[in-house]
Amino acid sequence: MTVIQTLRSLHGNKVGTAIEELHRIENDLAAALLHLSDRHKADHEIHHVARDIAGWSQEHVRRLAEVGADYDLTLDPEPEDESKLLARLTQKGAELVGRFHEPALLLLGDLRHLHRMAAGASLDWEVLAQTAQAMKDRELLGVAEECHPQTLRQLRWANAKVKEISAQVMVTG
Amino acid sequence: MARVDRIAEPWGTRTPYGPGESWPVRVDTHLAPGLDESDVDEWVQSASILHSNGDAMDIAVKDGRIVGVRGRGEDRVNHGRLGPKDLYGWQANSSPDRLTKPLIRRDGKLVETDWDTAMDAVAGRTKELLAERGASAVGFYTSGQLFLEEYYTLGLIAHGGIGTNHVDGNTRLCTATAAAALKQSFASDGQPGSYTDIDHADVICLYGHNMAETQTVLWTRILDRLAGPNPPAIVAVDPRQTPVADHSTVHLAPLPGTNVMLMNALLKEILDHDWVDHDYVNAHAVGFAELEKMLADVSVDRAAEVCDVPAGDLREAARLIGTSQRLLSTVLQGFYQSHQATSAAVQVNNIHILRGMLGRPGCGVLQMNGQPTAQNTREAGADGDLPAFRNWANDAHIEDLAKVWNIDPMEIPHYTAPTHAMQMMRYIEDGSLRFLYVTATNPAVSMPELARMRSILSQDRLFLVVQDIFLSETAQLANVVLPAATWGEKTGTFTNVDRTVHLSEKAVDPPGGARPDLDILIDYAHRLDLRDKDGQPLVKWSTPEEAFEGWKECTRGRPCDYTGITYGKLRGGSGIQWPCNEDNPDGSEHIYVDGTFWSAPDYCENYGKDMVTGAPLEPTEYRALNPDAKAIIKAGEYLPPHETTSEEFPFHLITGRTLYHFHTRTKTARAPQLQDAAPEVWVEASAGDAARHGWSEGDLLRITTPRGEVRARLRVAGIRDGVLFLPFHYGYWDTPGGDEPAEHGRAANELTLTDWDPVSKQPIFKTAAAAATRVASSQGQAAPAPTTTASRPVGTSVPPTHGDDTAVTDENLRDPEGAR
Repeated sequence: MTVIQTLRSLHGNKVGTAIEELHRIENDLAAALLHLSDRHKADHEIHHVARDIAGWSQEHVRRLAEVGADYDLTLDPEPEDESKLLARLTQKGAELVGRFHEPALLLLGDLRHLHRMAAGASLDWEVLAQTAQAMKDRELLGVAEECHPQTLRQLRWANAKVKEISAQVMVTG
Repeated sequence: MARVDRIAEPWGTRTPYGPGESWPVRVDTHLAPGLDESDVDEWVQSASILHSNGDAMDIAVKDGRIVGVRGRGEDRVNHGRLGPKDLYGWQANSSPDRLTKPLIRRDGKLVETDWDTAMDAVAGRTKELLAERGASAVGFYTSGQLFLEEYYTLGLIAHGGIGTNHVDGNTRLCTATAAAALKQSFASDGQPGSYTDIDHADVICLYGHNMAETQTVLWTRILDRLAGPNPPAIVAVDPRQTPVADHSTVHLAPLPGTNVMLMNALLKEILDHDWVDHDYVNAHAVGFAELEKMLADVSVDRAAEVCDVPAGDLREAARLIGTSQRLLSTVLQGFYQSHQATSAAVQVNNIHILRGMLGRPGCGVLQMNGQPTAQNTREAGADGDLPAFRNWANDAHIEDLAKVWNIDPMEIPHYTAPTHAMQMMRYIEDGSLRFLYVTATNPAVSMPELARMRSILSQDRLFLVVQDIFLSETAQLANVVLPAATWGEKTGTFTNVDRTVHLSEKAVDPPGGARPDLDILIDYAHRLDLRDKDGQPLVKWSTPEEAFEGWKECTRGRPCDYTGITYGKLRGGSGIQWPCNEDNPDGSEHIYVDGTFWSAPDYCENYGKDMVTGAPLEPTEYRALNPDAKAIIKAGEYLPPHETTSEEFPFHLITGRTLYHFHTRTKTARAPQLQDAAPEVWVEASAGDAARHGWSEGDLLRITTPRGEVRARLRVAGIRDGVLFLPFHYGYWDTPGGDEPAEHGRAANELTLTDWDPVSKQPIFKTAAAAATRVASSQGQAAPAPTTTASRPVGTSVPPTHGDDTAVTDENLRDPEGAR
């Protein structure tokens, strides 16, 4: 048994749980982005960019399913399909619509939500990368190093969009 | 002296020259019928306003009227030559339907009024909104055709006086990506290239740039090199068989929406063959490792498949580029108006950084402009950027600007990137922006998705002001129309893409009550009672020259330093290239000499953006990335376009220009020679597609997308299979519909989609999916498309495009002495 295999078997449960959790979060993040895209079709840049970068999270889902196999996880490599995701989020969407009257406020709300989700995902990638280093698991580390920067880009995008629209929404409205 | 019909021969007579030689002088003159030079009372100095090249000319005046034009042989840009639009376009100035009185909407109709009433209405509504809803309810949408002094004044009023972030120019539609690409690679706007690079280059690449039609005189310079000894090799990237492609060594005709893939394949070849100047890259650039990593997955064969271009052609193009000694690249709308615009344009910059081909003769990049004064829109801050390439995200720059303007830094909105035109339209749509002041542009025809645009601009809650010289489609929707003076009727300066500044002087009085844009803007500022922090008027000038002096102070020490230029210095002789200051009293032919850039964190205009999301980099991120003022190599990952072809919409649709018209034809349709050369809209398809569908030359086609329909006659042309081309010049002002289609659409933008590059915010006009069906056969009538240009017919004989007797132009070959 190699060192990595030993470590995997010793700490496998905890690491596996972390991978499983991030797999779920990335699925949610992809869903949130697609939902944002669908709900704000009249805000064309939001509509298109959200769809473009949802693809990153969907790819992360595949990568996590792949690397999860090393930890005896059976994760679905296919990102959840859009209709299923949207159904899951309708309720959440309805809550938000209920809270805000103006679509611009709704957009601001959705972006804030997205930002928090991406921040959560980013932290979890951080944890996974640290773990992978400690365990000298090159494969897991490689996945984290390739995926995490894209999560950060999603995060920065949400932040930039909030910055861009908040003055117009809050002051002029 | 030659007498040439310049409608039939747009580029005129060849004057061949070799590498390193001076381009021979050829002075082109066109006067009203029956007049010769001895009849002219006065020649008044100016430059061209109907394209972006900046060709210097003198305006002929007789009895207080403009009667013709003559190229300025001593000018560095054109060495005396003029293009067809300049030779004939001046006639539009005296068109009988010029606006001569202000108009105001009363009971739903525009009626004539006096200046006081009109300006009080404009200033009154501004003040009301400022009081009720704040500065974010007020926006300005300007042009690439006013003068520098006017843009600077407009930027001052909007940013420094009113305090709105909503300021942009129609440069958003044409050169926003040029600026964005330069900011990504060099952290500042400013063209590394110079037109004189054509005199030295051994390889010239034109990326999505049909220079033969957009900058005819610049193309003439290339044609003269091609006709001389040791001509350069030409690489053309264009889905159409343009005149540029006709003269190319390699022509790549990619499918629309694949430019980044194509560029990455070229870069991959350059890396694989190690055609890289490693010393230059190590000393003067950051980001090489990221590029290597990104290109690891790229393959030329895969790119050939995606772009539908032969792999051998991609390799040959890369070889020419990779082995060139002096490489000049130019980029225009084929890249700028496609999806991933900035990412594609940046890859051209990357080629030059990798090859160390910047800042010396023959080695330059020209991220082209489409309009004559677009460079000034960007420099002076009328495109939303802050004047003189100041960085909105750098507080020290804001403080410095506030000092120049003598106002509190808090007065200058800088909490986020300036609002781009497409977003302004969105804010009008959602009702948060309620006053739009439009100068010299026609969004009701030039913006994408016109049905949406008309619904936005005709809302009751929007107060629309249009300042123009004709009653354009947009003006017909306005609450107040302000009649402006134009080129030849007012004085000011403007700057072309190779940083050459020209003075354009008033030659004749404007018609009726029309006033210079500068005067109108200053009047507006005074009616708003805008003041600085000492209670003095915010706008401290009343003449163009005073405004220019004010601008010079604003540019002191900045990349676009004008402090060494005066009106006096611009009179006579040649235009002058900025930076022009104490260190460079005669201007600067090249910037970025010896790998020095304007990219230091404290000095740069922009920290850059994410190439996919458009999110701006934070100052700290930029400082970490590029602490030592180097060029920035930014890799671009390929993304498929948002709208792709389908069974229902099987064609790629691209829109573009023809040589004989400018924009929405407000001027060029009023010059008979130009209008007759391209009188009506047409659509281009390839011979293969025509045969597959049983169409032939002149058939009337109905072209549709989910946004609308256009009817146009078919020109079977040299465009690649699977792609349709529509010229975008044709709106409705000269049709029964007036401001909209009476029955069937003819404006290309009925069909385009609302989507833009997230980095440059430039709308996408060249990536849409369309369907086409025949509604009537030609009955022997050819499409109304020119035969001299990219719309040249293939496989059929069509009467050639030519002018009448009035199109004859004098071409005077002169000794090259006097031209730089």
